[in-house]
Amino acid sequence: MPAVSKGDGMRGLAVFISDIRNCKSKEAEIKRINKELANIRSKFKGDKALDGYSKKKYVCKLLFIFLLGHDIDFGHMEAVNLLSSNKYTEKQIGYLFISVLVNSNSDLIRLINNGIKNDLASRNPTFMNLALHCIANVGSREMAEAFASEIPRVLVARDTMDSVKQSAALCLLRLNRTSPDLVPMGEWTARVVHLLNDQHLGVVTAATSLITTLAQKNPDDFKTSVSLAVARLSRIVTSASIDLQDYTYYFVAAPWLSVKLLRLLQCYPPPEDAALRSRLTECLETILNKAQEPPKSKKVQHSNAKNAVLFEAIALIIHHDSEPTLLVRACNQLGQFLQHRETNLRYLALESMCTLASSEFSHEAVKTHMETVINALKTERDVSVRQRAVDLLYAMCDRSNAKQIVAEMLSYLETADYSIREEIVLKVAILAEKYAVDYTWYVDTILNLIRIAGDYVSEEVWYRVIQIVINRDDVQGYAAKTVFEALQAPACHENLVKVGGYILGEFGNLIAGDSRSSPLVQFNLLHSKFHLCSVPTRALLLSAYIKFINLFPEVKATIQDVLRSDSQLRNADVELQQRAVEYLRLSCIASTDILATVLEEMPPFPERESSILAKLKKKKGPGKLPDMDDSRRSVNGSTDSTHSFTDVLNLNSAPSSGANLLIDVFSESSAPPAATDVSEENFPRFVCKNNGVIYENQLLQIGLKSEYRQNLGRMYVFYGNKTSTQFLSFSSSVSSSDLNVHSKAVDPVIEGGAQMQQILNIECVSDFSDAPVLNIQFRYGGALQNIAVKLPVMLNKFFQPTEMMSQDFFQRWKQLGAPQQEVQKIFKAKHPMDTEVAKAKVKRHKSLCRDSVSQRLCELLSEQF
Amino acid sequence: MVLPGELFYHSYQNSFKNGGCASVTADLSAEDMQQQIIRETFHLVSKRDDNVCNFLEGGSLIGGSDYKLIYRHYATLYFVFCVDSSESELGILDLIQVFVETLDKCFENVCELDLIFHMDKVHYILQEVVMGGMVLETNMNEIVAQVEVQNRMEKSEGGLSAAPARAVSAVKNMNLPEIPRNINIGDINIKVPSLSPF
Repeated sequence: MPAVSKGDGMRGLAVFISDIRNCKSKEAEIKRINKELANIRSKFKGDKALDGYSKKKYVCKLLFIFLLGHDIDFGHMEAVNLLSSNKYTEKQIGYLFISVLVNSNSDLIRLINNGIKNDLASRNPTFMNLALHCIANVGSREMAEAFASEIPRVLVARDTMDSVKQSAALCLLRLNRTSPDLVPMGEWTARVVHLLNDQHLGVVTAATSLITTLAQKNPDDFKTSVSLAVARLSRIVTSASIDLQDYTYYFVAAPWLSVKLLRLLQCYPPPEDAALRSRLTECLETILNKAQEPPKSKKVQHSNAKNAVLFEAIALIIHHDSEPTLLVRACNQLGQFLQHRETNLRYLALESMCTLASSEFSHEAVKTHMETVINALKTERDVSVRQRAVDLLYAMCDRSNAKQIVAEMLSYLETADYSIREEIVLKVAILAEKYAVDYTWYVDTILNLIRIAGDYVSEEVWYRVIQIVINRDDVQGYAAKTVFEALQAPACHENLVKVGGYILGEFGNLIAGDSRSSPLVQFNLLHSKFHLCSVPTRALLLSAYIKFINLFPEVKATIQDVLRSDSQLRNADVELQQRAVEYLRLSCIASTDILATVLEEMPPFPERESSILAKLKKKKGPGKLPDMDDSRRSVNGSTDSTHSFTDVLNLNSAPSSGANLLIDVFSESSAPPAATDVSEENFPRFVCKNNGVIYENQLLQIGLKSEYRQNLGRMYVFYGNKTSTQFLSFSSSVSSSDLNVHSKAVDPVIEGGAQMQQILNIECVSDFSDAPVLNIQFRYGGALQNIAVKLPVMLNKFFQPTEMMSQDFFQRWKQLGAPQQEVQKIFKAKHPMDTEVAKAKVKRHKSLCRDSVSQRLCELLSEQF
Repeated sequence: MVLPGELFYHSYQNSFKNGGCASVTADLSAEDMQQQIIRETFHLVSKRDDNVCNFLEGGSLIGGSDYKLIYRHYATLYFVFCVDSSESELGILDLIQVFVETLDKCFENVCELDLIFHMDKVHYILQEVVMGGMVLETNMNEIVAQVEVQNRMEKSEGGLSAAPARAVSAVKNMNLPEIPRNINIGDINIKVPSLSPF
């Protein structure tokens, strides 16, 4: 009775499993396993050839042992034997073992590949499936080399069974992912697209997965799939569940296929063909409508499947970003989910809304849900969901709601999970900087941040606050006062001491007038924290002290005493010791002038991408954070002092003046379009010039060439794309209150590295004082960029010289005697005056006339300077 | 894509003494890594409440932020899929349901013991659902049909366990008293049809 004896064999495996389960300890289990392994080894090595059934049993045991977490280093050969057997059950277990325990032994691979090749050629669909599964599960390069050209043939062959087609499509997909270079593209690609029309929905689903991946790499080759996918989707969405075989899942028609089709369509822009486009819009509308219908079943599976399709449809709407009504509907739908009782839906709604917030059409609509999101932040029990809420608040933040959002994030920070604190800190710091209208608020926010979550405030954050304070002189006094007050707290975070030391060292003089914050009080306050701080902070404080010596000669003796003390001069730390020695010497031998030069206020920092943003990007990206650069040192001293200040601000580039701190707003790719400041940095340069660069940031450079004749002017504007990526939807407009400006339309796309020219015709119709503003909008990497530049069109550009005798001139000049006709302004020259240069400038200013007169006028002018 | 080595199911009732787990993994060459991932995942998933969401952000262990753990909790078992951003979250959640319902059909009221004693069968069924990390088939009837074809072929070859149900009864009739003693099969039945909404 063969069946019974085999049943006993199966019993062998079952007994073994039971034995393992009954082991009382880990040791007992290992002992039992080792006994079994020895047994199997001896059986495999024994002289007597094992029959297929025994092999199968032992291989199965090995597999079980492996799944328990033990290493298996033999049995592969027996598995390959099984795999080559003609018996289905043996083949099956052989393939399973090989799929789970891949071995790179090349002899073995050759044997396995041989087995697979035979099965692929067998025309037995079950065997073919086993072979395809094995290739897909292993997915190694060797297998790709052996079969990448064979599988497409199986896939498109006319007589291939549906189930095999399905497996072949996915197998090809897998190989394309692991070794894309080995999968040949060819005539089969066109025929794969037509699988979207296949009768069997399983085949269509598998083919859609394959096409999606291929289309991401070669969108042009698979363009035809768009119309087929839309047609298929439309049939599924609008059909009354007919012709869907068994693919209706809990009353939802083919949800997985719908999801896959919607994913495929996300590889492409909205279809250009109007009919196709309206058909797709109709599908999307139907899906949105269905979400409003009462559920056909109370089962969670029903709503899951329905919503899976809905979320994918919304993702497609966001991807197209072209239908404002759909976007707003999507936003409303997500808004409903924000309060749904299902946590999964709340999570996904928050996630989708994040992307929706970056669309210009729906940004406002997303903002209406702010209260709900803030509430989620406060009440949600699941940290994953709260994290999404933080992300969404960050994405929906703009100038109008920045203060509220930042305040909410700060208050959440006090109770936030440790795992997400650092990210919140970075986000608060970025938002506070980006949307700061007055910088006192910014300073307050960052100091609060340090107070609430000092440990999570990374170096970048406090570097940045110092950069900003140094670059903005309107906030320095306030910053000095605020840090002074914050430092009064009995326990304050070391990061606050760092910021305080730096700011007081630079700007302590601004608050020294008040007796409550006199130099000595400031110094004592800082020094009271000294002993509690780590070495780098102490080093920073020593630098602050030497700066104090320069700022306040009256505390020099006190500070010198401190520097002279043994704990400083003989400090075990070489950096501290060196600083103490050098600063002490410097303060003793250098004259006040030298001291003032060496310890001058820090120059403004050059504009650059916020290091905080860079950090956040890094955090969001794959991989771990790199170690912080600890060697941030640069020599910053004159000939008589070769101090090595720790360059706390990572200042390795040359300082420049007039840094526009808001500049890095524009580099934030996921940022919503921000209200922009009008750039007029280079404006004054054009008073006497007509050509030059008027604006430049990391992305774009704008050059001007202009000419004027009488009341007319023509301006050539050159837009240079500094990046390697296209600018899309580029548009520009000129707003002016007093001038007639006519601008020629521009191409909406600027290729990476290319330049585009635009001509502006300007007519001056009356006198004016406000220069026109050039507004530019474009998309860079998905983010909308807004730039406004003040164009250098001034009244003097339209001045006309006229010939006049000097008597006439002075006669006229004297007629201008009425008080309201006289304006006089005396100002100090910024640069030494040179008559010839002044003359040239005045001449270029076009306002004046003949030499003799201008000569005298220049003299008059020079006297005034 | 569902990560290769994507699926593991867990028993936290210590059906294995080492606090361990039976795992179904497609492949992963570094075995220690695999065990570590399973342990870590179990640790992450098992301490979550039932009313929190079923998605977990990917840690460094499972391949970074592009990957999510999506899991469902049935009685004593966790079914965990690790997927990248090319899959729909809710879709995968449903796929797990399809897999479990299929197991239930194939094993006739599936219980934890079935999964342990027939890990090969479980693999075969899984391979009909997910192949090389990609969703192969979502239609349960289709999957069951494939499994039935396999069973017929086994029978025709006089296979060892002609049908899973027969195998289970074989185990149950083996006079191995320790099994019922340790595990109350009635308790841990997965009872798919009456799933409580998670």
